[in-house]
Amino acid sequence: MKILVLISKVPDTTAKISFTENNTKFNTEGVQFILNPYDEWYALVRGIELKEANGGSVTVLNVGRADNDPIIRKALAIGADDAVRIDTDDLDALNVAKQIAAYAKDQNYDIILCGKETIDYNGSQVGGMVAQLLGLPYVSLATKLDLNGDTATLERDIQGGSEVIEVKLPFVASAAKGMAEARIPNMRGIMAARTKPLNVVQPVDAANATEVVEYSLPPSKQGCKFIDPDNVEELVELLHTEAKVI
Amino acid sequence: METKETNKEALKGGEFLIKESSSDNVFIPEEFNEEQKMIADTCRDFLEQNVLNRLDEIDSMQNPELMPKLLEQAGELGLLGISIPEEYGGFGKDFVTGMLSTEVLGAGHSFAVAFAAHTGIGTLPILYYGTKEQKEKYIPKLATGEWKASYCLTEPNAGSDANSGKTKAVLSEDGKHYILNGQKMWITNAGFADVFTVFAKIDDDENLSAFIVEKDFGGITLNPEEKKMGIKGSSTRQVFFNNTPVPVENLLGKRQEGFKIALHILNVGRIKLGGAALGGAKEAITHSVVYANEREQFGRPISKYGAIKYKLAQQAILSYATESATYRCSQDVENAINAYVESGMSKEEATIKGIADYAVEAAIIKVDASETLDYVVDEAVQIYGGMGYSAESPVERAYRDSRINRIFEGTNEINRMLIVDMLLKKAMKGELDLMGPAQAVAKELMSIPEFGSNDGDEFEKARKMIKNFKKAILMIAGAAAQKLMMQLAKEQEILMNLADMAIQTYVAESLLLRVEKLAKIKGKENILEQIAMMNVFIYDASDIINKAGKDALAAFAEGDELRMMLMGLKRFTKHEPFNAKAARRVVADKLISENRYCF
Repeated sequence: MKILVLISKVPDTTAKISFTENNTKFNTEGVQFILNPYDEWYALVRGIELKEANGGSVTVLNVGRADNDPIIRKALAIGADDAVRIDTDDLDALNVAKQIAAYAKDQNYDIILCGKETIDYNGSQVGGMVAQLLGLPYVSLATKLDLNGDTATLERDIQGGSEVIEVKLPFVASAAKGMAEARIPNMRGIMAARTKPLNVVQPVDAANATEVVEYSLPPSKQGCKFIDPDNVEELVELLHTEAKVI
Repeated sequence: METKETNKEALKGGEFLIKESSSDNVFIPEEFNEEQKMIADTCRDFLEQNVLNRLDEIDSMQNPELMPKLLEQAGELGLLGISIPEEYGGFGKDFVTGMLSTEVLGAGHSFAVAFAAHTGIGTLPILYYGTKEQKEKYIPKLATGEWKASYCLTEPNAGSDANSGKTKAVLSEDGKHYILNGQKMWITNAGFADVFTVFAKIDDDENLSAFIVEKDFGGITLNPEEKKMGIKGSSTRQVFFNNTPVPVENLLGKRQEGFKIALHILNVGRIKLGGAALGGAKEAITHSVVYANEREQFGRPISKYGAIKYKLAQQAILSYATESATYRCSQDVENAINAYVESGMSKEEATIKGIADYAVEAAIIKVDASETLDYVVDEAVQIYGGMGYSAESPVERAYRDSRINRIFEGTNEINRMLIVDMLLKKAMKGELDLMGPAQAVAKELMSIPEFGSNDGDEFEKARKMIKNFKKAILMIAGAAAQKLMMQLAKEQEILMNLADMAIQTYVAESLLLRVEKLAKIKGKENILEQIAMMNVFIYDASDIINKAGKDALAAFAEGDELRMMLMGLKRFTKHEPFNAKAARRVVADKLISENRYCF
């Protein structure tokens, strides 16, 4: 069983977000980066669990520069067997997916997993794009993944209930909360991570299809306004003129 | 992890008083490598997922299985074996990495105490002094947490005066066992420990011997849990030995070597306490700044008020300074251990010697860190105001839990006396030339003061001030030793004064060296807050040293001699006018904007 887990580096949730170059670039100055939680807690850990139960290997793949190595080694410390880093940056989702697909197409992975989204751009695009580029089925937002021979059973939350999907290997899936329990890297894993292979490969030629024109911060939170329950007219007035929702 | 080059330039223990260090030769926490950071993250994740979310449950002591279970969980992650050699089931990490894990887990309140007692005073006596057989039997089980360890030194009438303990060991008639009888008090982890290191006197020996005692040997009973001011979730009980048979092969070290073992283990405990206290302090600062940013009075968050900014800044300055000293000393210890290993010593022997070399610094760090933590938690309660007095607030627990740190591992009073006592002993043994420099300072007093120029950057100025602090200590300690001779040991007030001067000097110098090194790495313009911290600390230190020096001088000198030395002291603790308010605001504003301890 060959499992590939796609991992991203994202700013820590407590990071202060600001922009440079006329609001076209994210300012990374002083920002702490972490392994994207959906990739780490769910996709990676479930991949490792499947390997532990069925044998095989888990490879983690990241598209990025050498400053991503600490988060890659964290994935190795948690239990991935080896890692690949495609050495490029500043790509949009399609370009990232093309890089991944170009690498993965000859590797015969049985399962390719990623988190349901990254917590920075929340695009939820790369998994589906990789599946399309590799001609594989794609199950998004899976909360459960079980294997039975060459068939996988996945569950996903849908409006008002859940959906159970069967899919033949190989396939691509994105993992949501519930698929696994986060693991803390232990000392043995941390020390083993040093010696596990981290292969750096060159990117293929591909162009971005989209361009970021501008970033802006959400408007700062407004304080709550309390209105006396007897004063419904004032409430209606404010909802109409100030909040402009009615 | 890359091994650090053994640093030949590093000062020996106590030499900081008479020599200058280069910032190139100190380790600073900003240099932790990737693996060390990952280990720290694991410790932090463990705390957040298992400890910080159930502090009330832990402190309630309703579930006696909880604490041993937490230790086992830490053991599963390998956290109990970080500093244990790989041959005994650990991970063989260096002293600095061990310190870092102690620091991070130090934010764990009662758990931190159980962890420190198990991995420190519980495990280390066997690791450092055990025979191969003893180590093979006990250490792997302690490294995983399968067995928990406890350390039984203190008795109802033998606390600071540990060697006066009454617990007795007598050889059995068949010569196979020591029969142990006695009462031990304030024993951390006693409630669930499987292995006790017990100190007792064999027959009528003058000095203690140490024994490895398993709970199952029999004749061991426990009093109920003590009702404590803080660390309520840490098991603390009296342990009674009633004809407990201890196999002769469980004597640890040689007969009468126990007191030495106890003292050496306390050296490790003291420096480690620096790390643990630091972890608690950083956590309390983050609580303080988050609350100060949330709490509004008079229409603004209270973090906008100068009185609160002062507190936040001061919390951070003292903690950053403590951290500088703790890791500087940790790396010095690691370097000394490596040097001894290179010279052919066993790792255990090298570790004992390496740590003993820095016993003065370890005592300094113990006192400084525990008092920093007490300041930090006290102001944390104050920032929380009425809410801080409520048991619902996190700082109320921090306030209670902090207090023990000034008492255990040797009270701060004992440690202060030790600082001076060890320095003077080193001088008498010829290991440390205090008298030469002291005489040079005395001579300098007679000469026309060198006013010097006020040129140079902040580092140059800080270096000069610290050099003068050292002169102040040498002048006063030299004069006191000469005048009072053997009587000095009985003048504890003077010893306290001298210790305070030495503590301020070592910590100030560590802070200077750290900030100076950081400036070389990051550029001065990028570390304005750190430079502000350094300037405030040294400015305050000069007054603390001045006051302690005056008190000491007037206690033993008089007339012209007193006047001359007071003038010298004034000269050595002089500082230029300095806007400490503005500097503190720089520090506070950074904390407030980051909304956490961020240095």
